Amino acid sequence: MQTFDLAARGLRELNQTLHGVNGNTNQTAWEIINTRGSHAIAVGVDAPIDITVNGTTGYYCAGMNKQATIRVNGSAGPGVAENMMSGAVFVEGDASQYAGATGRGGLLVIKGNASSRCGISMKGIDIVVHGNIGHMSAFMAQSGNLVVLGDAGDALGDSLYEARLFVRGNVKSLGADCIEKEMRPEHLELLEDLLRRGEADAKAKPEEFRRYGSARKLYNFNIDNADAY
Amino acid sequence: MCGIVGLFLKDKSLEPKLGEMLADMLVTMTDRGPDSAGIAIYGGADDGLTKITVQSSNPKKDFATLDEDLKEAIGKPVAMMVKSTHAVIELPTDQVDAARSALSHLRPDVKIMSVGDALEIYKEVGLPKDVAHRFDLSKMKGTHGIGHTRMATESAVTTLGAHPFSTGPDQCLVHNGSLSNHNGLRRELIRLGTTFETQNDTEVAAAYVSQKLKEGQNLGEALESGLDDLDGFYTFVVGTKDGFGVVRDPIACKPAVMAETDQYVAFGSEYRALVNLPGIETARVWEPEPATVYFWNH
Repeated sequence: MQTFDLAARGLRELNQTLHGVNGNTNQTAWEIINTRGSHAIAVGVDAPIDITVNGTTGYYCAGMNKQATIRVNGSAGPGVAENMMSGAVFVEGDASQYAGATGRGGLLVIKGNASSRCGISMKGIDIVVHGNIGHMSAFMAQSGNLVVLGDAGDALGDSLYEARLFVRGNVKSLGADCIEKEMRPEHLELLEDLLRRGEADAKAKPEEFRRYGSARKLYNFNIDNADAY
Repeated sequence: MCGIVGLFLKDKSLEPKLGEMLADMLVTMTDRGPDSAGIAIYGGADDGLTKITVQSSNPKKDFATLDEDLKEAIGKPVAMMVKSTHAVIELPTDQVDAARSALSHLRPDVKIMSVGDALEIYKEVGLPKDVAHRFDLSKMKGTHGIGHTRMATESAVTTLGAHPFSTGPDQCLVHNGSLSNHNGLRRELIRLGTTFETQNDTEVAAAYVSQKLKEGQNLGEALESGLDDLDGFYTFVVGTKDGFGVVRDPIACKPAVMAETDQYVAFGSEYRALVNLPGIETARVWEPEPATVYFWNH
């Protein structure tokens, strides 16, 4: 295990060190200490390594992640795992605004609650939230899956494209063009896998969720739908 | 961006350290707003005196004999403590109006920053570290306080444009965000009798709250009304004589983190501002919900 003291060596050295790690490394396990809410921790990592962030983070932790598995033993500030490409990010505490925004792949798991705009403009990422999510989550989501074991705030899935949203609790309101859809066998199968990989299979069963998706009325501009935009 | 901080103490043993803790939180937020900084601090309300905090761009000249001149004008004892460009004048509570009117004649260039039994406000342009040093914030005691580091958007970088804004006795407000309907609201408030010192949007928000209190609402109700009437982006942290409140607009773009322990309630624009508080590792930490008023009282 490589331990990196952020307070002693600084952010620039941390990220340069992690960027220097490649696929052939023997240094596959990293621990980052003294995070103290710092920004941009472990951003742009591109190697199949395990990173444990011990403490709470500021903006954009694990942004643009590729391949790495990053676990935050604390809460995450705004924009955690933003634009993730692959790999996995686990947040043991809560996540702030726009967790997993624009993510193209990989898995983001939040064990606590996520606040507003979780999964905004998601483009292929899978997100599993054990608690609740805030308002305007999955706004303009394009593909991928958002699984919420708790409740969702206002305007879930506003202007949604092809992403699938699974919510176990209450949805305060649905955004424009977002509707409830039937849960078919393939969705139960998909959910079972997501709950297992999201370390949530002991907490929830696929049958307890409802599925939401796009009504596909706002895909192409139609003057008859002008009021809905 | 702007950075805001606030600290409301429940544990009296921390009161001697309030200034030190707040100054540390403020300096941590420097990179959210390096234009100017300010702090409002509440303490010592039970002595039967009222404090008027004033500011001068020429403190040597303006403050030299200000206490004696004021004493002569109102015929009552006046105590004054000068700190850099600010001075805190203490006088009997029933003499506040007389002192205000005397001040406008004696020192027309001196600006009143705050009036209250408990409240003192210190604010200046410059880096938060320098502002904190200039006013010796780390030595200040108190029960609660709020602070602001400013990245100017809606008005000029001047001392008066710095936060906190106080528009009523023992009331003050700091703001991260920008209001889009402040000009209309300002006109309405002027019609109702408010005088404004700046073109700043935050001053309008502070004056709006004062107006609602004048109309008989309590602070919680005033902030609820603000959710209907104030348009734009905001996280507000407000102070009153014995209270501390937080509210975010319904969209809640501007960041906010709160922490509570048996010893205190703390607010920061970012978690970084809170990391040196005692017991933060085990505190209840959460993000305030949009359009929801949070309030604590002593």
